Amino acid sequence: MEQRKKIHPYKFNLWVAMGSMVMMFAGLTSAYVVKRNQPNWQVFELPHLFWYSTAVILISSVTMHLALRAFKKTQKSKYRTLISVTFLLGVLFVVCQFIGFYQLQQKGVTMQKNVSYSFLYVIAGLHVIHLIGGVIALLVLFIKAFSKKVKTYDPVPVEVMATYWHFVDFLWIYLLLFLMAIR
Amino acid sequence: MSSVAATIDGADIHAGHDAHQEHHHHETFVSKYVFSQDHKMIAKQFLITGMIWAFIGGLFSVLFRIQLGYPDATFPWLQDILGHWAEGGKLKPEFYYAMVTMHGTILVFFVLTAGLSGTFANFLIPLQIGARDMASPMLNMLSYWFFFLASIVMFSSLFVQTGPASGGWTIYPPLSALHEASSGSKIGMDLWLVSMALFIISSLLGGLNYITTILNLRTKGMSMTRLPLTIWSLFFTAVLGVLSFPVLLSGAILLLFDRNLGTSFYLSDIVIAGKIMPNEGGSPILFQHLFWFLGHPEVYIILLPAMGMSSEIISVNSRKPIFGYMAMVASLFSIAILAFLVWAHHMFVTGLNPFLGSIFVLLTLLIAVPSAIKVFNWLTTLWRGNIRFTPAMLFAIGFVSLFISGGLTGIFLGNSALDIHLHDTYFVVAHFHIVMGVASFFGMFAGVYHWYPKMYGRFLNNTLGYIHFWVTIIGAYLIFWPMHYEGLAGMPRRYYDFANWESFNMFGGLNEFISTVALVVFVAQILFVINFFYSIWRGRKVTTQNPWGANTLEWTTPIRPGHGNWPGEIPEVHRWAYDYAKDGNEFIPQNVPVGEDESKH
Repeated sequence: MEQRKKIHPYKFNLWVAMGSMVMMFAGLTSAYVVKRNQPNWQVFELPHLFWYSTAVILISSVTMHLALRAFKKTQKSKYRTLISVTFLLGVLFVVCQFIGFYQLQQKGVTMQKNVSYSFLYVIAGLHVIHLIGGVIALLVLFIKAFSKKVKTYDPVPVEVMATYWHFVDFLWIYLLLFLMAIR
Repeated sequence: MSSVAATIDGADIHAGHDAHQEHHHHETFVSKYVFSQDHKMIAKQFLITGMIWAFIGGLFSVLFRIQLGYPDATFPWLQDILGHWAEGGKLKPEFYYAMVTMHGTILVFFVLTAGLSGTFANFLIPLQIGARDMASPMLNMLSYWFFFLASIVMFSSLFVQTGPASGGWTIYPPLSALHEASSGSKIGMDLWLVSMALFIISSLLGGLNYITTILNLRTKGMSMTRLPLTIWSLFFTAVLGVLSFPVLLSGAILLLFDRNLGTSFYLSDIVIAGKIMPNEGGSPILFQHLFWFLGHPEVYIILLPAMGMSSEIISVNSRKPIFGYMAMVASLFSIAILAFLVWAHHMFVTGLNPFLGSIFVLLTLLIAVPSAIKVFNWLTTLWRGNIRFTPAMLFAIGFVSLFISGGLTGIFLGNSALDIHLHDTYFVVAHFHIVMGVASFFGMFAGVYHWYPKMYGRFLNNTLGYIHFWVTIIGAYLIFWPMHYEGLAGMPRRYYDFANWESFNMFGGLNEFISTVALVVFVAQILFVINFFYSIWRGRKVTTQNPWGANTLEWTTPIRPGHGNWPGEIPEVHRWAYDYAKDGNEFIPQNVPVGEDESKH
């Protein structure tokens, strides 16, 4: 007997989880908006490096998408290359973000100085933590792709990965636009 | 595809997979009782962990009630068990606050969130929708173990030198944000925050699994409108949790930063013992907004499962269909929506704009509408029913009684003008204990008595159940009813000693009375615990598949279902869950096809 499943439960789980992550960032950004309207708010400049990291994450989203396509067409070597590139771009993004924070600190924009700076660190920091989670998952896929023992043809893990990766990408774009527009 | 997924994940969730049916996992003690992925075992783990917490949290309330009831007496045995927290046989003020805080935290989160929806969502969702297990048994197991870790951290905070968190379960900054502010704001507070972060992860993992399972893994014929009301309520509970807990997490993370990394999200212009703190530019009200954005939905996270289970139990034991099924679902839905729009009614006296306040008054009072619909439907279900007063049924009716009594005082408190007088008094304590605390406990007890036969294949002892019920309901009213009068007279909550207030001295005898009843009620709960554990091994055995004559699918499984729930195929559903007293049949289970001679429904 068939059970109804229009969408794979793992993917559905991920969508619900993404909903709750959105709520978390919505909580933070709305706190940010409330705080900004109170006195003693200092305007900050985002480090230029964030532009490069944004480019990196956008490209990685494209490679992730292509990797998923390659996997579905069982183009094994192409998939391997693309998943590796995505993984490396993910690592590069994390490195860029941390250097960006370092540059901020050098300019005197430290976390303790003003509540606006604190928000910048917490929001961007929590995003990086979510992205690191994605990088770890990419690492698992990467190892699986090159492993000789495990042979998988199930697209669900790759699809879940791709969805999450696009999510953290969009989340970053949203946060970047938010932090630029409302300072 | 199904077999590939199954081998990857180590657990088969695909019901269409025939080979699974006769297949038995080789279960070791560890895989069966400890790191189990079977939703029924995870439910029992949540239940028993919740019961241990309930014992601790309840004991704390008895201990601080001793202080409130007998402020001048000393009890040397208190020093024996609490050491330097009760030197000379009298609770120290710091520890009194710590116990009030821990009582709230434990009961709200660890017992009535994890213990209640953790238990029954896990146990009932797959069984009642006709699924072999949750969408992701692995995440489900992780949900319990995150809860377990959170429990360990919270439990360990009880034993640190400076004591556990003590700023109230709402942990408002600045009190909770500065180590110097009180002894309970030191390491105990950090442990509280870490524990709650783990707890939130546990709730989220559990919640998203419940939602996915309900939406995706229903058996054939089980449309959403044929779901038992328990499942609807657990569904809305999970949605509330998944959307509101992350906001609490944001608030808690900012608080952790303020405490340990020198930021000032919630802090500004503070002087402690003559020392000016460096924090500048923050706002403690911000925390209250973030906290109550979870905090209010949390009330319904606690209450909705109790509503759902009571609906089911009342219908089964009245031998009548639930009155107004769709109205029940619609009112659950509107409660879930309104839950997100009323958080500021906890903040009427924080300097909130009175115009904004009046909007929150309106939205708050709107909740009375769906609540009244639900009460009406419960009463009309009972009306002229062929009622069987099982202990579960008594607790479900007790739930309705408490929900009415406690709900009425909610109308008082929802008014911002009255709240100026009533806020932070015993009136509030009485209100939320009756409507949220005790009512949800009754829902939980009803659920335990009703589904115990399904959980353990044995019945709980009825006589002990009846004693437990009557002592608890009479006790609950005797404890909390008088508190309304104390609150109306202006007696503030959270105070350690009222000796300095002439106007509250008249309540001395009443406080003593409340404390005595609290002790008696606590002892009655021990009776329940004994009944529970005794009956696991020695209770009367269940001999029929469907001892209550209920319609829902869990009673079509074997008396002691294995992992996978149904040995053969999952039954197909042909009707809603409430065909009681229909066309001359006492009850018609959901898996019975609609007959030729039957009227349509």
